Amino acid sequence: MDAKKANGSATNGNSNEWRVKVGLAEMLKGGVIMDVTNAEQARIAEKAGACAVMALERVPSDIRKEGGVARMAAIKVIREIMQTVTIPVMAKVRIGHFSEAAVLQALEVDFIDESEVLTPADEENHVWKHDFRVPFVCGARNLGEALRRIAEGAAMIRTKGEAGSGNVVEAVRHMRTIVSEMRRLTTLRDDELMRVAKEHGAPLDLIRGIAKTGKLPVPNFSAGGIATPADAALVRALGAEAVFVGSGIFKSSDPDARAKAIVKATTHFEDPKVVLEASEELGEAMPGLDVRQLPEKDLLSTRGW
Amino acid sequence: MKIGILAVQGDFEAHAAMLRSLGAETVEVRAVADLESCDGLILPGGESTTQLQFLQEEGLYDAIRKFAADGRAIFGTCAGAILLATEVKNPPQSSLGLMDMTVLRNAYGRQLASDVFFGPSKLKSEPMEMVFIRGPIIERAGNSLEILAEYAGKPVLVQKGNLLAATFHPELTADSTVHEHFLQIVAKRVMRQAEV
Repeated sequence: MDAKKANGSATNGNSNEWRVKVGLAEMLKGGVIMDVTNAEQARIAEKAGACAVMALERVPSDIRKEGGVARMAAIKVIREIMQTVTIPVMAKVRIGHFSEAAVLQALEVDFIDESEVLTPADEENHVWKHDFRVPFVCGARNLGEALRRIAEGAAMIRTKGEAGSGNVVEAVRHMRTIVSEMRRLTTLRDDELMRVAKEHGAPLDLIRGIAKTGKLPVPNFSAGGIATPADAALVRALGAEAVFVGSGIFKSSDPDARAKAIVKATTHFEDPKVVLEASEELGEAMPGLDVRQLPEKDLLSTRGW
Repeated sequence: MKIGILAVQGDFEAHAAMLRSLGAETVEVRAVADLESCDGLILPGGESTTQLQFLQEEGLYDAIRKFAADGRAIFGTCAGAILLATEVKNPPQSSLGLMDMTVLRNAYGRQLASDVFFGPSKLKSEPMEMVFIRGPIIERAGNSLEILAEYAGKPVLVQKGNLLAATFHPELTADSTVHEHFLQIVAKRVMRQAEV
């Protein structure tokens, strides 16, 4: 039987392969995953306590500024980063670009992010992630989107937020939406779930699972616009089990100190005194963008469905 | 019995769910004060570099060593086992140094090498299910350690009195054998304390 058939069902949630994919996502909980564009930044991230790094060619705020087509990072750079740090290394592929994903799997990265930050390669279809042995993380703005990605094989969900904006508003919107939609499911009767599955455009079995547990069947992280320790504490308090920080660190005036501070605030999000301590003596955060002023074509979160 | 779970980073929730299913009370440990009321402590899986940094910066490093010296029980899985070792390689890294063993980090390889295996153990007659995720290998286990389980000829579950270390993740399986064993270690000491 080929891999596609063996792993073809979203309900086939107990294969060993699936367990070790979600298992690695579990190990990253409570931590910070940092965007890095070279080995030196990866070293700084690891030293600051990042639980993983995301290798990419340009951080989202530069992609936004420079425009053009954003693709998977250069292999040489990813390889150098893998050789430099001992924590897991993730890398991004364009939405739907299963050949970039196959290349990253051959390179043996630890996690693949099918990311709206890069220019989509397919505007209709996402990667069928069950075909891969490397786990995937995907962005989502709402519960339906999260469940469609999980059904395709994503082992971790993150909010999309609005990457490279330095503005947490969209990450907050997406996390609140996902969490409140899940909470609502737990109040419904069994005979109401089919209609809700239809509304969300999500598989019924996953909807039924959430009605029972109130949680996604994979870890639920936050990304997109997190720039300060308090931002990290905010999304954690709203339900994020870990935090991705993109441009927020290496576009600030003090990457080392800020990386450390965000790690601290992410763990101690429930203790304002520690978040205060982490926030003290930081320099300038990255410049932020008002998401409402961005033209529709510049929004990254609307890529994918 | 109250079991603390180091909750700075890693799969602390999976341990909590397993322990609760066995009737133990759990508490998340992020500061030294959280440790005080605990009878036992879990060092979960996660990234040992991240966790070690927290231990060193928040005073937990010394507090956990004292916790062990008091005779209270500690169970480390994967990253937790790395923290308990006396020597860490690949690359060398500092650790709590509580169990006489040499541990090689990420010794099976990257995530693609993560898998589920079965191996013999002294805790049950059937082979034990072992989930390895970017797991370490115990390259050398000192004479003071009892080897409770092996996989591919390497010790994967070792005990030294009140200290227990697994290079795999029993918390990610439905098999509660190892956690039950840990709770027995904790219970023994609680009962001894009550007698005194």
